[in-house]
Amino acid sequence: MASSLTTTEDLSRISREIRGKLVEMSHNAGTPHLGSALSVVDILVAAYWNVLKIDAKKPGDETRDRFILSKGHAATALYVTLALRGFFPKELLDSFAQEGSPLAEQPSPNCAPGVELATGSLGHGLPVGIGLALAARIRKMDYRVFVTMSDGECNEGSVWEAALFAPAQKLGRLTVVIDYNKWQATGRSNEIMALESLPAKWSAFGWKTSEVDGHDIEAITRELRKTDNDKPTAIIAHTVKGKGISFMEDDNNWHYRIPKSEEVTAARRELGLL
Amino acid sequence: MRNAFASEITKLGVEDERVVLLSADIGNRLFEDFKAKCPGRFYNCGVAEANMVGVATGLAMAGMRPVCYTITNFITYRCIEQIRVDVCYHHQPVIIVGTGSGLSYASLGGTHHSCEEMGMLRLLPGLAVMAPADAMEVRGALRAALGQTSPVYMRIGKKGEPVIHETTPDLMIGKAIVVREGTDVCILSAGNMLPTCLQAADLLAANGCSARVVSFHTIKPLDEACLAEAFGKFAVVATVEEHSVLGGLGGSVAEWLSDQPAPRARLIRFGTKDEFLHETCEQESARKIFGLTAENISARLKALWQ
Repeated sequence: MASSLTTTEDLSRISREIRGKLVEMSHNAGTPHLGSALSVVDILVAAYWNVLKIDAKKPGDETRDRFILSKGHAATALYVTLALRGFFPKELLDSFAQEGSPLAEQPSPNCAPGVELATGSLGHGLPVGIGLALAARIRKMDYRVFVTMSDGECNEGSVWEAALFAPAQKLGRLTVVIDYNKWQATGRSNEIMALESLPAKWSAFGWKTSEVDGHDIEAITRELRKTDNDKPTAIIAHTVKGKGISFMEDDNNWHYRIPKSEEVTAARRELGLL
Repeated sequence: MRNAFASEITKLGVEDERVVLLSADIGNRLFEDFKAKCPGRFYNCGVAEANMVGVATGLAMAGMRPVCYTITNFITYRCIEQIRVDVCYHHQPVIIVGTGSGLSYASLGGTHHSCEEMGMLRLLPGLAVMAPADAMEVRGALRAALGQTSPVYMRIGKKGEPVIHETTPDLMIGKAIVVREGTDVCILSAGNMLPTCLQAADLLAANGCSARVVSFHTIKPLDEACLAEAFGKFAVVATVEEHSVLGGLGGSVAEWLSDQPAPRARLIRFGTKDEFLHETCEQESARKIFGLTAENISARLKALWQ
């Protein structure tokens, strides 16, 4: 069930707490993709605290809503979200990317309760999400399926195969969220590929499409709660890579850079965690 | 084999409500019966195989038993990463069926030949790789695959091929079927080469050489007991397949053989060469180019046996 912590203030605090933990984990484990993880945090908070019908005590419940973080390189954001949402102990996060830990840099199958899919190779989440949604229809179940992708992920052909298929099947209980931070690993996503007009593209493919400030948790929540009987939904969430930490925001060096200890301290101070 | 697949999957779909059939813009009329008897469980996924395999994985994760069907090279080469990551890495019970395998569609040109896919797919952990010999084995293989809780790939031929088995065999994955007994040489046949192998055995018999013929319908897991017996008993063991001699049945047996202490038999592999076929030709001519004929197989076996 949705958490009772739904006030704007509560969710803002959770969001800052997640970001602080992400910076720490990147530093401690020496792992990249911090900017990508910071980008998607508010989408995760809106979904996991306000929208998803899930029970942390029953992660395998057949009736649960499914959330796939298809941009697996931002797995730390999912891990921290799941831990704070009660799917597994927070202490497990300290093992992240250590030898023997279930929490690899990008998730493996059934690595931890609440992780629905092993991701990391882009363009896989949406087709699998469509299969989950089709199964719900065949089995006359009413769970919803959410797939969150990056804008760079929309380079993959399989994304557009899936984008053509879901509307043909009228999968109204399928929602895609695109974390549109305008960057991919090596440059501007609108320059490397012609991604510009992303909302128009999804709309033209037959999706009920909306745009939202991807850091406004209330606004994201409103969009995530909407369903359409006949069309799948695409939410283009305008986000900032490295969001929440001034010296990381919209700086693509943080796709790969690892924060130093003084940068961890500065980041946590900015987030109001120190 | 194609019609047998359509018929058997319809029966299985009626028996098991979890069966969902996915095709990539082929076989639409072929599956009219399935669509009528299993409403809401046939999906034409369009010419989009990568998506189809991902969709099948999601269906399997949610308790369904999806079967993906299209032309072999498109459902394997095109989307091998989806087979690897979605299906195999998550160990989901997805059945992948490639039709028109090997040289079945020789006249369509090299884009439609599939003489490498078993070698590629058998490297994927947890995936069974099958090549049933005729319509009856297709039926048995489908039933066996549906009895698994792990993924299965199956290559089948086209329509109108000779039927060897009189009834549907009680086929077990990884358990080869001895089709004809013999005492001098042994022929292991993968997929639609079985009729040719039986003809080769006839020619050998006319020359005083008795050949055992085995339908080696599962390339992975290998029937090691069958291999151990054959390599201990016969003078020569041959593998025959419409597939490269690298990586398929012949390649698998050669790998297995290299770990054996002192096999009696020597191995000879019949298959396609490590090259593309550029000639425009029908299946029979394509087979001749690669020596996949009863005459060539029997002549070479006879020479080695003597």
